[in-house]
Amino acid sequence: MARAATTADAFNAVAEPRRRQILDALAGGERPVNDLVRMLGLAQPQVSKHLRVLREVGAVDVRDQGRQRLYRLNGHALKPIHDWVKNYERAWSERFEQMDVVLEELKKEEGDGSDE
Amino acid sequence: MAVTSSGSAKVTLPTDQQILITREFDAPKHLVYKAWTTPELVKRWWHANRGEVTIAEIDLRVGGMWRYVSVTPDGFEVGFHGEYREIVANERLVATEVYEGIPDAEEHAALNTLTLTEVDGRTTLTVLVEHPTKEGRDAHINSGMEGGMQDAMDLLEQVAISLR
Repeated sequence: MARAATTADAFNAVAEPRRRQILDALAGGERPVNDLVRMLGLAQPQVSKHLRVLREVGAVDVRDQGRQRLYRLNGHALKPIHDWVKNYERAWSERFEQMDVVLEELKKEEGDGSDE
Repeated sequence: MAVTSSGSAKVTLPTDQQILITREFDAPKHLVYKAWTTPELVKRWWHANRGEVTIAEIDLRVGGMWRYVSVTPDGFEVGFHGEYREIVANERLVATEVYEGIPDAEEHAALNTLTLTEVDGRTTLTVLVEHPTKEGRDAHINSGMEGGMQDAMDLLEQVAISLR
């Protein structure tokens, strides 16, 4: 019943709107924290806090380049979320493929009968 | 003759409590409606290749009930039922949906709205599934996963691209 801690998994990590904004920004490419601060209009400590949560679930990777820390999106950590929706989508896709077969038959039956 | 594939279903999460399923069919809307509302036809597609539909009951009138039961090859039975709330033949169908596999199932009923739009003999089908709670919606998609899923479909598109 109790909700898992915020940092428990990718699902909770992306439940926070600001963190999704960060991920969206990083989807466009690797960025230093200053860019993110500017893009989100948040104070740096807040951005850093969100980045830490995202790093803990592996959704974001970091590397040092000179004096800068560069952050980038790691899509693999978010794959469980992707799969979660995709499984559902796949079930419906398979239903609709069967419906295609049914509809072809209905079209043929209608064609064999009276034309519209 | 080969069946024309019209692409896969598209699932989005417009709000925390909604699921939107969209698909285009190479058929006029009255036939899509017929496939959707005729028990013998529903039995042929509802199974999603995950077993067999053993029961498909449709009492197509406002206040009438529907019930589908399917059984997976390993014997797992899944049942859904609901009540028709609004019927516009060939165009729109609003019905409740109760997943029978959960406790207090009736309280967690979703409201499903089917719409069919035809252009040049092709039909776009949408099903909007609305749950009373976000938790209900999440459970609907996958009962095995706990967590605070939010609408992140734009992000998911990016993820899909990055995994390609």
